[in-house]
Amino acid sequence: MKILVCISNVPDTTSKINFTDGDTKFDTNGVQFVINPNDEFGLTRAMWFKEKQGATVHVANVGGPSTEPTIRKALAIGADEAIRINAEPTDGLFVAQQLAEVVKNGAYDLVIAGRESIDYNGGMVPGMLAALLDMNFVNTCISLEVDGNAATAMREIDGGKEKIATSLPLVIGGQKGLVEESDLRIPNMRGIMMARKKALNVVEPVAAVKATQDTKFEKPVAKGTVKLVDNVADLINLLHNEAKAI
Amino acid sequence: MSVLVYTESENGKFKKNAFEVASYASAVAKQMGTSVTAISFNASENESLGTYGVSKVLNVSNENLKTFNAKAFANAISEAVAKESASVIIVSSSTDTKFLAPLMSGKLQAGYVPNVVAAPESTSPFTVKRTAFSNKGFAQTQINSDIKVIGVSNNAFGAHENATAVSVEDFSPSLSDADFTTKSIEVDKVVGKATIADADIVVSAGRGLKGPENWGMIEELADVLGAATACSKPVSDLGWRPHGEHVGQTGKPVASNLYIAIGISGAIQHLAGVSSSKVKVVINTDPEAPFFKAADYGIVGDAFEVVPQLIEKLKEFKAQNA
Repeated sequence: MKILVCISNVPDTTSKINFTDGDTKFDTNGVQFVINPNDEFGLTRAMWFKEKQGATVHVANVGGPSTEPTIRKALAIGADEAIRINAEPTDGLFVAQQLAEVVKNGAYDLVIAGRESIDYNGGMVPGMLAALLDMNFVNTCISLEVDGNAATAMREIDGGKEKIATSLPLVIGGQKGLVEESDLRIPNMRGIMMARKKALNVVEPVAAVKATQDTKFEKPVAKGTVKLVDNVADLINLLHNEAKAI
Repeated sequence: MSVLVYTESENGKFKKNAFEVASYASAVAKQMGTSVTAISFNASENESLGTYGVSKVLNVSNENLKTFNAKAFANAISEAVAKESASVIIVSSSTDTKFLAPLMSGKLQAGYVPNVVAAPESTSPFTVKRTAFSNKGFAQTQINSDIKVIGVSNNAFGAHENATAVSVEDFSPSLSDADFTTKSIEVDKVVGKATIADADIVVSAGRGLKGPENWGMIEELADVLGAATACSKPVSDLGWRPHGEHVGQTGKPVASNLYIAIGISGAIQHLAGVSSSKVKVVINTDPEAPFFKAADYGIVGDAFEVVPQLIEKLKEFKAQNA
């Protein structure tokens, strides 16, 4: 089985978000970048397929040269090879078209991407990729087993979960549950040394449509001061009469 | 040129978000000087959409679509887009819709903007405001493709009545076996309880509760309020509560009217995930807990004392206001 894990290079979850250039760009100053958490759960599950079922695991990222430390981290965790498509990932459809080209050329059986990136939260790349390639697709995937060509997945639904039967070739939009938080791997020194020798192939983007563009950003308005109360009767009164929430 | 809206139903009954997206579609159609067509699957009471500005409903009655199937639904909606020559498609932010919308947008080569919180700033160019950076910011996003797909955030735009004469047509999209290669084989779903996605009120608890055995009072409080229960990330990582309850940046987003956080200190990732909730209440022993800076109302106190009192007083309040 040949697996492609799509990774997005995103600000660490603890990052404070600021904008620059007249609020038209995300301010990367002082921001630590990491593998998108939803993608990291998928990458870790891919390692399981590599170790238990002999899968080959490649990672792909659409991004400029500055994303390479994040890609190297994925190689240090255990991916065999990496591909960087040298373009700014400014639109979901554009990114999906770039990844579709990689998947087609590499004849992958399984594509694991995160449900959404925690920066732009589009949540569209995996599904668009599946549509472009006419592959099966499971979103908000919280468990995945592959047996020959058959795949069984669990997906999170509002208020529960759903078991799904499908087959390869398959794209999944993964999240926590594919593996547990405690299963995530911190690269060790050997992994980091080996990652330096693994192939990181840079390819230029194919001509593709950019369907959307962010023209301006803003930060949420700061909250007023909290109203502290010292008994529950006052709280209920405020929620009912002032906030009209109950 | 019309606006098409996908109105979700469950067991034939429209979900609350169906009226929200219909209202949003109606606002867009007004800006564009056109009308709204809705597509629904096995829904009864299709006429009720007229209340929210829909003038035509395409209802798909198909046994094979009684269970949600993302690809089949996406292809059926795409066919309705062609039939109606729709240029704008409005959908919700439910988990099912976030499954089908990217499939549909990929197929139609359409720009898709989810998490939209307000009516378009302009329709030429087509620009909408959405949340980004996991609710730590907003973006104005311009859509340049011919077909545009907009995912409206839960509970952001609201349902607005706009009584319109409505006609209901049967619509039979041409689906084949190829649309059903991903099959649901088992659904494990809580019935009769509010879900985090739909609930007006969410009651959430964190490590301050000390152990999973203490969640009885959280569930009781949620029952009294008709609320959904949720939890912080550490609580789900520790296995005290199921993953499906984890709210925050890497969990579920919350956009309820009222969010009550009990024994949750308020890590930046958690605050981001719940920031779209309109009114936030925090109950915590630590007056320095970061959540107090993000909340509207707070009680500094021990959950084990405050929550039972709150349940008792709420029961009295409910009895008086019933």
